[in-house]
Amino acid sequence: MPTLAFSSQLINLCAALLLLLSFAMLSQRRVLTLVDLFAMQGGTLFVSIMVVAWSTGQPHLYYSAALTLILKVILLPLILHRLIRRLGAQWESETLLNTPITMLAGLLLVIFAFTLAQPISQLANTVTRGTLGIALAVVMLAFLMMITRRKAVTQVIGFLAMENGLFFAATSATYGMPMVVELGVALDVLVSMVILGIFFFHIREQFDSLDLHNMESLKED
Amino acid sequence: MELLMLLGLPLLGSLLLALIGRREWAPEANVLMSAGTFAAGVWLTAHVIAHGPMLVWHEQFFIDPFNVFLVILTSFIGLTTSLFSRPYLRTEEHHGRLNRRQLRLYHSMFQLFIFTMLLALTTNNMGILWVAMEAATLTTVLLVSLYRTPASIEAAWKYFILCGVGLAQALFGTILLYFAAEKVLGNAGSTALLWTHLNEVKGQLEPTVLSLAFVFMLVGYGTKVGLAPLHNWLPDAHAEGPTPVSAVLSGLLLNVALYAVVRCKVLVEGSVRSDLAGNLMMGFGLLSLVLAAFLLWRQKDIKRLFAYSSIEHMGIATFAFGMGGPVANFAALLHMTVHSLTKSSLFFTVGHATQKAGTQVMDKIRGLITSNPTVGWGLMLGTLAILGMPPFGVFTSEFLILITAMREHPWATPILLLGLGVAFGAIFSRVQAMVFGETSLPRLPHPPALVPVFAQLALVLMLGLYIPPHLAAWYREAARLIG
Repeated sequence: MPTLAFSSQLINLCAALLLLLSFAMLSQRRVLTLVDLFAMQGGTLFVSIMVVAWSTGQPHLYYSAALTLILKVILLPLILHRLIRRLGAQWESETLLNTPITMLAGLLLVIFAFTLAQPISQLANTVTRGTLGIALAVVMLAFLMMITRRKAVTQVIGFLAMENGLFFAATSATYGMPMVVELGVALDVLVSMVILGIFFFHIREQFDSLDLHNMESLKED
Repeated sequence: MELLMLLGLPLLGSLLLALIGRREWAPEANVLMSAGTFAAGVWLTAHVIAHGPMLVWHEQFFIDPFNVFLVILTSFIGLTTSLFSRPYLRTEEHHGRLNRRQLRLYHSMFQLFIFTMLLALTTNNMGILWVAMEAATLTTVLLVSLYRTPASIEAAWKYFILCGVGLAQALFGTILLYFAAEKVLGNAGSTALLWTHLNEVKGQLEPTVLSLAFVFMLVGYGTKVGLAPLHNWLPDAHAEGPTPVSAVLSGLLLNVALYAVVRCKVLVEGSVRSDLAGNLMMGFGLLSLVLAAFLLWRQKDIKRLFAYSSIEHMGIATFAFGMGGPVANFAALLHMTVHSLTKSSLFFTVGHATQKAGTQVMDKIRGLITSNPTVGWGLMLGTLAILGMPPFGVFTSEFLILITAMREHPWATPILLLGLGVAFGAIFSRVQAMVFGETSLPRLPHPPALVPVFAQLALVLMLGLYIPPHLAAWYREAARLIG
């Protein structure tokens, strides 16, 4: 078992990487690279949960880490890759809104997240207390990505990245939720991915592209 | 045992209907499963009345007067909706809008949806409550896009993304709640998310964390309740999905989401000892009421009209829960009940009317009372009921809410009256034109199922004139629990 100070530094490193990856996703135009970034984010999450599990000796966190590895690092990126290939969308990229402004908005969100998490972090007695702000920031950056993108696939990746942030929040604030809840959440994420996969095909069938610009008929009020 | 049947039957039903759903008699099997679920609900209720609250299966499930009445309401509306969908979907198949594969998907997902609703209501674990709410979104999203038209796919996508993002906020709130609870209860044996345990120690939970948690949970579950300004998905999902789905979305899903909010509010009020939670709910409630009432005037589509009316009524119920106190809570519970009954029966009649007219555009639906008197009268009576005309039950609950507001929050009374008045004008003028007037609409190939409509309206009428003492005692007990 490593010393708490050392593992706490490792976790902080992971948290910083997560935040960096969130910004990378925010500015990435190519869909396939975005999937890889998402897988890397899942990998970082896995490492950080492993470190927390190792340094605190919480056995159920190992299961939680295994769940993350299987779902977020292997299964979901695999499904996304296959979907994108089958849709023939692997070379697609999308025009972003003004990148500097998006980045600036992202920065502001991070500051906001830190301010919001500040009083709570002080109450935490876990080794990971400083990272709750980062977890919230990851959630908010994913949210920003969903708002600024117009492609169905990228919105979904944003949705999944948000789930990553939430898992990180659960580990950093409380050493993970009860197992039954984590399993339930993981099941929901997996099922939603399957349903979204079906959806992609429906959308393309009806609109001839995965661009959500075409979806504006229901905008009367 | 009762609980096992209640949860097991719809789950089994969804598997069974996934296997045999293409058969001619699948709709009847659907009705049968729903009837079984309703019977289990009645059995469970009888048990709770006789023996008091239940806490079973390692305290993972908890039944008290507050959720048991929602359980029975949910299973009852599940049953009536399955009765209604039988001729409705056959007619859709006859018109060539749906094929057998889609019907199989519908029946299987319908049962699964009922399962998730009942799970959300009966679970004692706040985390499982979240899982069940998310699962409810997942089961209904494919139902909203059942027709595979561009508009329905767009509506389903919007529904999925907005509710997914909303529920992610609720999960963050749940994590914060767990974080606060873990300090008091410890994380051994994972009792820290069990509502009964949380309720016992709510006085010791950290107020700053809980108030932040409540904001996240209110925004999250509030998205599913359809509270303004997070209501955007609701009218689209109601208008573009098949009508039985609109009926269960309005009649059940919104109630269960509001139930989740109220469960959170009980914990937060015990911890924070200020009116923060109540004030937030009152604010969101009033905003939804007024915004929906004004947007009602702009609607052209009949299902969108009644979807906005659902937002309005959920706003009223949220406002009442926000005020708190025995009378307002009693009224809010009654309002949830009568709104569910009335709104789902309205959607049933609207479903038949739109099938007859072949359109959902209100200007093209005319003279229902001459072409099919029962549908016409059903629509007229349902509309009068939902608008809060005496002697229907909605009048009683709205009246109670109004007088409580006058006494405790006089500033809110004019806003409430304004919202109700504007909504009345908007809905009544439209429906009146649809029911009366000249017409030459064809007959339906399958006779409409109007028994559930009139049965539900009769119940609403009864609740307006006379609330059985059992039920009243029950509401009072639940209102006391909510505080």
